[in-house]
Amino acid sequence: MDFHLSNEQLMLRKMYREFAENEVKPLAEEIDEEERFPMETVEKMAKLGMMGIYFPKEYGGAGGDVLAYAMCVEELAKVCGTTAVIVSAHTSLCCAPIFEHGTEEQKMKYLPDLCSGKKIGAFGLTEPGAGTDASGQQTTAVLEGDHYVLNGSKCFITNGNVADTFVVFAMTDKKAGNHGISAFIVERDFPGFTQGKHEKKMGIRGSSTCDLIFEDCIVPKENLLGKEGKGFKIAMQTLDGGRIGIASQALGLGEGAIDEAIKYTKERVQFGKRLSQFQNTQFQLADMHCRMQAAQYLVYAAACKKQLHEDYSMDAAMAKLFAAEAASDVTRRAVQLFGGYGYTREYPVERMMRDAKITEIYEGTSEVQRMVISSHLGVK
Amino acid sequence: MKIIVSVKQVPDTSGKVAVNPDGTLDRASMQAIINPDDLNAVEAALKLKDETGCKVIVVTMGPPPAAGMLRELMARGADEGILVSAREFGGSDTYATSQILAAAISRIGVEKDDIVMCGRQAIDGDTAQVGPQIAEKLHLPQVTYAAEIQKTGDTITVKRMLEDGYMTIKVKTPCLLTCIKELNAPRYMSVGGIFEAYSKPLQTFDYETLKDDALIDPTTIGLKGSPTNILTSFTPPQKGAGLMLNEGDDKANCEKLAGILAKKHII
Repeated sequence: MDFHLSNEQLMLRKMYREFAENEVKPLAEEIDEEERFPMETVEKMAKLGMMGIYFPKEYGGAGGDVLAYAMCVEELAKVCGTTAVIVSAHTSLCCAPIFEHGTEEQKMKYLPDLCSGKKIGAFGLTEPGAGTDASGQQTTAVLEGDHYVLNGSKCFITNGNVADTFVVFAMTDKKAGNHGISAFIVERDFPGFTQGKHEKKMGIRGSSTCDLIFEDCIVPKENLLGKEGKGFKIAMQTLDGGRIGIASQALGLGEGAIDEAIKYTKERVQFGKRLSQFQNTQFQLADMHCRMQAAQYLVYAAACKKQLHEDYSMDAAMAKLFAAEAASDVTRRAVQLFGGYGYTREYPVERMMRDAKITEIYEGTSEVQRMVISSHLGVK
Repeated sequence: MKIIVSVKQVPDTSGKVAVNPDGTLDRASMQAIINPDDLNAVEAALKLKDETGCKVIVVTMGPPPAAGMLRELMARGADEGILVSAREFGGSDTYATSQILAAAISRIGVEKDDIVMCGRQAIDGDTAQVGPQIAEKLHLPQVTYAAEIQKTGDTITVKRMLEDGYMTIKVKTPCLLTCIKELNAPRYMSVGGIFEAYSKPLQTFDYETLKDDALIDPTTIGLKGSPTNILTSFTPPQKGAGLMLNEGDDKANCEKLAGILAKKHII
């Protein structure tokens, strides 16, 4: 066991931090206020290899590892939850399933443009009637000659309005239930495919979230991802990886709120003392830091296990559950330490608190994570 | 064609500068960073590399941990690093430092179409002398305060910043340029670059490596080879409490203010 980061990892952290401080933090408030997708940041991140961190160079990736990716999402989330989830959804939910389940042709066709950020990726699984119960898919895909015809809709799709490449799930055999779901790679301009309006959200407001609509959408046969009927398995494996990304986002949000709270409580004076001199402040910050530190070890352990191709499904669920709940608690406490000012949009902590809540819901609610963990424990 | 960039690791003086009780700089309390002007020099070299495909070699003189800085520059795109490090080199002033760096650079070899680049000055010593002295010792033409660099064939056109304007200078390679922050915005390290950085070549030039160079002599390097010596250093006294000038009319207050500022040589 070795808790030391390697020289490369320390350098990565430094680079992410410099980038986040100089390029991401100055935009965070504006993109939240305006609910604007920060395309200019995506272009800059792409140039630095941040849109395909752990994919091999032959597919246009940066040749890094899963922990390097988790640390990237973490550092971005410290200053902007929105920017963090853009990278996370793109990498974990679109690039990863194509890399892990795609044919060589599919990988060569889609990954270089995704990893270089020329194209943005998204993942379409959730439907109005199929959220936590992902098996309740209503979207259908029917094979007609050399193509599938997709009908149905998806909702709450991160990066939905801006993505070019989508991994979408649909029923190819309704009678087979879970085993009747298949995965497809869908391009933005396939006929019969449109995106709905931008959802107005409580947090991560700069992130694009929308419906996907399929009306006799034509998807070439060669865009079936994996085998017919294997879609549910692909979705679940993809979400295992995605949970590392969201756990990293939650981790960063909590850590970012602590950074802000430490800075503020050392400046703000009441009763002739700095807030940091009151024992309540000290104890609050000690508890907050402990929770986020515990979350960090869970997140990093899950990332390292995935990198080593060990079974990491329960680790990812634990990391996401714990980090998300810790982030919600810690950001809420940070607002409290800021007092009245924390409730205003002049200071970043209220934004962090709003952003943190979603980490308990998307890519599997906290309740789903508990289902995954308890089933791994054999508790049925 | 290759570009050799001389860089220095310095304590970050942008925050609080701490001084030990004996008057020396408390380097441990400050973060070690790449000297900002040197980063502009590296960026200028990398831009020329983007255009011409030339090789970029970064050189630094310092203790072994300075190798970490060279790796960071490789993660930005530099091809090779040279760490000039030996006990004999410690305590050097600008004369001795440039003597050693010039020896290191001539060992790498400066050929006809090569360029040597430095930052204008380092934020710790603040002398701006090492670059020009290296040029003198290597018998290279020098252009200091470069704010724009263009290369056409073997001619480099430099916009050289002056206090109240600039001059455009043409110089033939090989030459030495010192760079200022107006030149460019340094790029970030990249993820791919970081994973490659540790597989790029990094050599250490110690005293043994350089001792046969004509410039290296016990009397020209290190503390002994330094014509200047720091006798004492101290923290400037802290400013006292503010002084309000509100007696008499505005004119009298203004005259009094001008008098105080003039006495302190501020105006």
